[in-house]
Amino acid sequence: MTKENIIAPQNIVYKKPSLMNDSPMHYCPGCSHGMVHKLVAEIIEEMQLTDKTIGICPVGCAVFAYNYLDIDWIEAAHGRAPACATAVKRLWPDHLVFTYQGDGDFACIGTAESIHAMNRGENIAIIFINNAIYGMTGGQMAPTTLMGMKTATCPYGRQADLHGYPLKMTELAANLEGTCYITRQSVHNVAAINRAKKAIRKAFENSLSGKGTSLVEIVSTCSAGWKLTPVEANKWMEKNMFPYYPLGDIKDTTIEKQ
Amino acid sequence: MSKISGTIVVDTERCKGCGLCVEACPKKIVEMTTKAVNKKGYPYATQKDSDLCNGCTACAIVCPDGCITVYRKKWKEEE
Repeated sequence: MTKENIIAPQNIVYKKPSLMNDSPMHYCPGCSHGMVHKLVAEIIEEMQLTDKTIGICPVGCAVFAYNYLDIDWIEAAHGRAPACATAVKRLWPDHLVFTYQGDGDFACIGTAESIHAMNRGENIAIIFINNAIYGMTGGQMAPTTLMGMKTATCPYGRQADLHGYPLKMTELAANLEGTCYITRQSVHNVAAINRAKKAIRKAFENSLSGKGTSLVEIVSTCSAGWKLTPVEANKWMEKNMFPYYPLGDIKDTTIEKQ
Repeated sequence: MSKISGTIVVDTERCKGCGLCVEACPKKIVEMTTKAVNKKGYPYATQKDSDLCNGCTACAIVCPDGCITVYRKKWKEEE
């Protein structure tokens, strides 16, 4: 069997989702954002919601997400994506509304909006990319930066007495009455990507059926910010990030309601 | 006996040479170019000259830029 015989349209088993367009992504090589963008595109395609989806972009590395996925997008002010999503979802209750935010957007400048939107139980899905650093601005300390982790603004490592403790937004969100599905996933290998896909799909379904706010945290890498190669960054994440940010479902009220 | 063969096609201009596909391939038959680069100056992924590929799609799933298209074909070996 030669390569030429295998390469035929009917033999395709995996290709770039058609919702993801051909414009080259500005993300650094090996960035987790690409994987999550791809998952979002695949899920919207599978759910056949291309015309009924509105995404809210954050400020951060994912600020240009609207350039890469061919769905409707709104670019919110820094941290205000959940507030923006609240308005959109209330005007279009039958639409899928999701926000796509990084840790600087969701867990720092937008903490008030995030917590209050989740507490009101807005029927939106939140995808929260946590890479423990401010990637876009050049690797400064984020609220989610791990203890002892060195960044541009804490060159001697994060210290509790000076900088406080890493913020576990997902655990915080699980305590709010308005949330229905809270989970923490990762995209460092094939199995993790498949689990993350299921989680995002469930969050989107919850948004459509009006069960409350769903939050999917994706523990991800920032190879440029961490100054590692993409493969090393994945290993560093497994060793250092997963003990503090354990993966798995934290809250799921949708099972009890059934 | 029926066999499964696969192969990949890499969009070399879109590839940024992160190397995650090399790590993900269970058969270890994806490699980065060492002497060639694309228009942006990145080395890119290629498939080694091997018939081990069974189209498992692991390399394509981990690719952040969606550069890899995977083909798989089931065929019968003639006696």
